Amino acid sequence: MTAPTPPPRTTRAVRPVAVVAGNRTPFAKAGGRYAQASAKDLLVAAVDGLVARTGLAGERLGEVVAGAVLKHSRDLNLTREAVLSTALDPATPAFDVSQACATGLETAVLLAGKIALGQVDAGIAGGADSASDAPIAVDEGLRRVLLALNRARTPGARLKALAGLRPGQVVPELPRNAEARTGLSMGEHAARTAAHWGVSRQAQDELALASHRNLAAAYERGFFDDLVTPYLGLRRDGLLRPDTTPAKLAELEPVFGRDLEAPATMTAGNSTPLTDGAAAVLLATDEWAAEHRLDVLAHLVDAQTAAVDHVHRGEGLLTAPVHAVPVLLQRNGWTLDDLDVVEVHEAFASTVLATLAAWEDEEFCRERLGLDGPLGRVDRAKLNVAGSSLATGHPFAATGARILATTAKLLAERGGGRALISICAAGGQGIAALVEA
Amino acid sequence: MAKLPVHLPDDPYGGLVRRGPGAAAARRLGLPVPPRLRRHEPGQEFLTGPALVLRAGAAPLADDVAVWLAAAGARVVGDLSAAGEDRLGAVVVDATAASRVGDLGALRESLAPAFRRTASGGRVLVLGAVPAEAGGSAGGEFGEGFGDVEARAVQQGLDGLVRSLGKETRGGTTVNLLRVAAGAGEALRSPLEFLCSARAAFVSGQPLLVGPAPAPAVAGRERRVAVVTGAARGIGAAIAEVLARDGAHVVCADVAAAGEQLARVANRVRGSALTLDVTAADAPDVLADHLRRRFGGADVVVHNAGVTRDRSFVNLGADAWDTVLGVNLAAPLRLTEGLLRTDGALAPGARFVCLSSINGLAGAKGQANYATSKAGLVGLVQALAEPLARRGMAANAVAPGFIETPMTASMPAVPREVGRRASSLQQGGLPVDVAEAVAWLASPGAAGVNGQVLRVDGQHLTGA
Repeated sequence: MTAPTPPPRTTRAVRPVAVVAGNRTPFAKAGGRYAQASAKDLLVAAVDGLVARTGLAGERLGEVVAGAVLKHSRDLNLTREAVLSTALDPATPAFDVSQACATGLETAVLLAGKIALGQVDAGIAGGADSASDAPIAVDEGLRRVLLALNRARTPGARLKALAGLRPGQVVPELPRNAEARTGLSMGEHAARTAAHWGVSRQAQDELALASHRNLAAAYERGFFDDLVTPYLGLRRDGLLRPDTTPAKLAELEPVFGRDLEAPATMTAGNSTPLTDGAAAVLLATDEWAAEHRLDVLAHLVDAQTAAVDHVHRGEGLLTAPVHAVPVLLQRNGWTLDDLDVVEVHEAFASTVLATLAAWEDEEFCRERLGLDGPLGRVDRAKLNVAGSSLATGHPFAATGARILATTAKLLAERGGGRALISICAAGGQGIAALVEA
Repeated sequence: MAKLPVHLPDDPYGGLVRRGPGAAAARRLGLPVPPRLRRHEPGQEFLTGPALVLRAGAAPLADDVAVWLAAAGARVVGDLSAAGEDRLGAVVVDATAASRVGDLGALRESLAPAFRRTASGGRVLVLGAVPAEAGGSAGGEFGEGFGDVEARAVQQGLDGLVRSLGKETRGGTTVNLLRVAAGAGEALRSPLEFLCSARAAFVSGQPLLVGPAPAPAVAGRERRVAVVTGAARGIGAAIAEVLARDGAHVVCADVAAAGEQLARVANRVRGSALTLDVTAADAPDVLADHLRRRFGGADVVVHNAGVTRDRSFVNLGADAWDTVLGVNLAAPLRLTEGLLRTDGALAPGARFVCLSSINGLAGAKGQANYATSKAGLVGLVQALAEPLARRGMAANAVAPGFIETPMTASMPAVPREVGRRASSLQQGGLPVDVAEAVAWLASPGAAGVNGQVLRVDGQHLTGA
């Protein structure tokens, strides 16, 4: 293998970063169609579908950046190992990223930075997660015994190490959908935020219904024909319920926030379940796209992360994007009114609604966001118009790349415009990005 | 590129009678023993033995033929004794000037001993004239206004000769008639090479017409671009593989539901995948736009996508009829029209190849819809031939016979076995056999072949 020839080292202007194409597997409910597929399998499928559609088999790309949230220790080099299984030139470098549910968009931001700086001309960003194939760890006590056994050099020392075994150690540790610092599940955190903002059950169910209807309509008109490649016999997202109704959603029992004073509003219908899937997006310079005769869908303009203190100050776990977005808009001289497409990740319907409520709240925007007044109102007709995570499902690390590709195509389809992407993440973090075409 | 996956037929009978006690029993009982066909492999010899070029009468093409065969790698001999002990890899007879019944007798005299000496996997190729052109305008015994009736009869006689010899050969030898139109010149070279090569292993017992090639509009592109519909599996995937092997970038098109297999095929052949429902209202525009913008036009268009909905004619509902006619015939018509209408969708010298079927030529019980659509494709390429020739383009059809695919593997055992053995080569063909014929018709050298139907059926009994 020969190392790529470095471009001449000169002072360069920042280059625009084009979103050229996207591809994902249909998403499946955990334990469903992809029960036997690993995160690596899913990532390979997403990348291979993208490579096939763009005709890049055998090409060496600048870099592939991806990640998984639920990750086996053996997958420490997940993305590189996946690249070796794809149709790309095996001499394509890769690295892993993890930022919880923000992973899939953060990979794109990192890759875009390299492209903008002239370090890479084209690459693939994305993510994969399999909640079905989640890593299971041994009990902490057993782990210490095994490590001691490994260190022991004499039969006596080995016996001594084994003497540390206890019956209770056979119970393995399963990954939990709980915050490390609070022990509360994400749903419980979201329920507290929903109660704080007074988000109604009806509003949440309406948002969930719109998500399913928008996604179904997008499939029907062929919108996803060049964004989704079937995998293991699944052609559309397994969670999509095109025929769901307000009545069906209203029947569901609340599952989160049942111990709160406010009425519990969050159900299985307006929350995302654990999901398996992968997504990938091709980013490049305009020149690279032109050389490969590939159309540019849109440009990734800028991005911003933020974090809140959900541990000590009681801020909403999933409200970091509320803080990231105003900073990002201001830096680029955009307002909410300039936007043609708004994508707010539907971790829970209540998360989206609480985010929108915060931006409309004058007091909150003045005191917490340091603005002169409310950030503004998001036109609901521009929100998640091709469906979002409530209907597609949410394989954690895949969601960012799914949304970026969908957003870019929505802009290209309408012949131009401006878009905002907002994604909340575990650990009180969030990421937002601006896209323009 | 990865080695082409050969779909090995599940042919227990063939395996049984080819070796060991089964072979001895089959010999004694006079059972058919399907020969092993010699197919294309990289680096193989052009022929399995020397090529004998025979002359029936004036034989105006024999000298060129000898030169072209030698250039392709054959050891060319002018008479049987020069071949020594070797069995003949090919026998090519220039009978283009044969015009009297007596000429056929002379032809028999020189061809019979050569035919006996043909090697396994050999090629017998008779070059004839186009009967309608035979004997020229000079006329014959019939006098004014009749033309040379005897010359036409003699040339048409070659067709029966070739079809009979195809049924008498052993060891996978094929016999074909190449009708050379006046002024074909160099255009004969590529059909000659193809029909003598291992790529034509399952092509036998039929005439094929070659005429003058239209002048090439511009020099060929470095990497040709081909689009294949229905490329996700079976014969379509094999066509993509062979076109890619021959150097083309293949745009593999198929419906969204086949996306997973389609991506695999596209990546394996280092081509690209295009989601396309050929029956969609916007399909012609989508395809034309894709080819124009992404590739600056296609050099090759293969209409391969096809479906079956078998049922007796009286039980065929409108759905089964419309689905089959829509996918198999209306879609190729509309796509072709759309590509021709869109500036830049086709490269200069573009070729169309339609996948017909011997069931379209001969008809098939329970397949009135399918046979109608597949015969319609023959009409399509015949209608396109002249107008396309004026643009330097061409359209042809390939009519596969019994081909070993997942579709035929799922047939009931008895009809499947009958279908396999009912050809002169006594076996089913492989998808690659069809793909080789398609790729050859799509190649620059085949420019003189236009509006023709090439059967790839091992001379099937029902194949006309």
